[in-house]
Amino acid sequence: MPIENVDTDQIIPARFLKATERKGFGDNLFRDWRYESDNTPKKDFVLNNPIYSGKILVGGKNFGSGSSREHAAWAIYDYGFRCVVSSFFADIFKNNSLNVGILPVTVSPAFLDKIFTAIEADPKAELVVDLSAQSITIAATGESESFDINSYKKHNLMNGYDDIDYLQAMKEEIKQFADKSIY
Amino acid sequence: MSIKPATLFDKVWDSHVVRKIEDGPDVFFIDRHFIHEVTSPVAFLGMEGRGLKVMFPEKTFATADHNTPTINQHLPVADPLSANQLKALETNSGKYGISHWGLGNPKNGIVHVVGPENGITLPGMTIVCGDSHTSTHGAFGAIAFGIGTSEVEMVLSSQCIMQPKPKKMRINVNGKLGKGITPKDVVLFIISQLTAAGATGYFVEFAGEVFENMTMEGRMTVCNMSIEMGARGGMIAPDETTFNYIKGREKAPQGEAWEKSLAYWKSLKTDAGATFDIEYNYNAADIEPMITYGTNPGMGIGITKNIPTSEVAGGSKSSYEKSLHYMGFNEQEPMLGKKVDYVFIGSCTNGRIEDFRAFASIVKGRKKADHVTAWIVPGSHIVEQQIREEGILDILTEAGFQLRQPGCSACLAMNDDKVPAGKYAVSTSNRNFEGRQGPGSRTLLASPLVAAAAAVTGVVTDPRELIA
Repeated sequence: MPIENVDTDQIIPARFLKATERKGFGDNLFRDWRYESDNTPKKDFVLNNPIYSGKILVGGKNFGSGSSREHAAWAIYDYGFRCVVSSFFADIFKNNSLNVGILPVTVSPAFLDKIFTAIEADPKAELVVDLSAQSITIAATGESESFDINSYKKHNLMNGYDDIDYLQAMKEEIKQFADKSIY
Repeated sequence: MSIKPATLFDKVWDSHVVRKIEDGPDVFFIDRHFIHEVTSPVAFLGMEGRGLKVMFPEKTFATADHNTPTINQHLPVADPLSANQLKALETNSGKYGISHWGLGNPKNGIVHVVGPENGITLPGMTIVCGDSHTSTHGAFGAIAFGIGTSEVEMVLSSQCIMQPKPKKMRINVNGKLGKGITPKDVVLFIISQLTAAGATGYFVEFAGEVFENMTMEGRMTVCNMSIEMGARGGMIAPDETTFNYIKGREKAPQGEAWEKSLAYWKSLKTDAGATFDIEYNYNAADIEPMITYGTNPGMGIGITKNIPTSEVAGGSKSSYEKSLHYMGFNEQEPMLGKKVDYVFIGSCTNGRIEDFRAFASIVKGRKKADHVTAWIVPGSHIVEQQIREEGILDILTEAGFQLRQPGCSACLAMNDDKVPAGKYAVSTSNRNFEGRQGPGSRTLLASPLVAAAAAVTGVVTDPRELIA
């Protein structure tokens, strides 16, 4: 999806945020880019083209800008993606992704171009993301780049831990801190 | 021993770090947490699944706003899904002892309007909400930003979230704003200069004469849109304007507590010699009434200018062309004179009393253009009350406008206030994304003055021509 500034209203439009449970959001992922107003799939949209498949979503610069709705990350996860690659992510989207178990991989603009070129040449082109080695590789050419993730988050993702567990384990420390708060 | 000069942001951030994790985020303490019906139900479900309770219910405040109707609020909400979300907020708040201002409550309104209005928002606080426009509260010298639902669950259950400390940016605007130039124009101008991603990774301090001379409501408009340039949040050092605004509000400190707070608040400013990772300077004289022509808030220009070419606008040519195609615009066309179908004044960006005063100043003695549908939506019941008491309602009615009831309304069009496909809306809200105001809708972001000028002329009009 070589489009810049893919915002959270495109990922999941506000009218689909009315659920009180976290399920079924994948059906409405990219709703208005994916379907006509009469719900027929738009043929030229990438998710409707059976030639493309996989667990890695590749997007243009400033992916996930806009609202804080975690529903955007839920929709991407629910659809089946586990990793999003871009040259630049919006902050809140990046946090939300990590919190729901999606790995956001930030690559250089030049490497992003290489990925899009590889996909254009062969829609079946394989991308390999190795969290442990913090590397992303275009299988056909062997071109590779390393990506950043802090060791705390990496440890969480690899072991299935989350921040809530961590915070629960330090509640006494938090309580002491709160006792000194002026607010 | 000399103390290292610190920025306002450093002072507030560093005093809220409970624990630093090596090569990881800070465990960050939250003073105030706002919740609403859309991003909280799943957080409560998650907590229940883990058997957790709300740690400090008195630090969280609930209001219904995103998904509420703006007419007939006394009737049951017709959409069963919306009604279900509102019910969930009420039930969860009741169950855990969280203060809840639901539909029909006299304090109800948009979360970022009612927080400051009732003195819940104070300088030096850390404030979060599952809504990106939480940055609004930065106007008081607070660190305020939007979070996701997992983080809402963290705050409910532990009053903390895990956050890497952002980098620091200062934006200085000096000089004097011209006639008809509002805080909305200032922030749209800044975003047009920096782009919609220009401040991603940063927390912004707005400084300089323009912000010093701005009212609190104006400062809220500016900080509100910090997120639209990608910033984590924006803040402005508290001063006499801030203290005067807060004093006497219901939940503000009183008596001795007030004096003590005031002494602390006065220390909340960036020390001379403190440094930022990046700094920008702009001149107030360069700012015109602004309007957007594209599908992100960075695509804005002075209202008298023509739509730039993709080369001038920068970024990817195909994304730019996609955007103009969606809007039905062409490069180098003027914005002035473009037909407007809808006008929306309201939202957490421009839904406060000063915004309606500005709107009324142009509408007074004129008539709404026949083909324009206008939605006039106050940010809260208190604002609605002010509109009535100040005679603004009479001016609006005389000119052919109707006042609606408070809520987020057409800003995100979760309720029935949707702009139809292909129609143009001049909107005082904060986002012009594709379909933001309804599937296929086309949004032109602008100030309340530009919105008023469009409402009475039916086309994009420079409001300066209508100011006496």
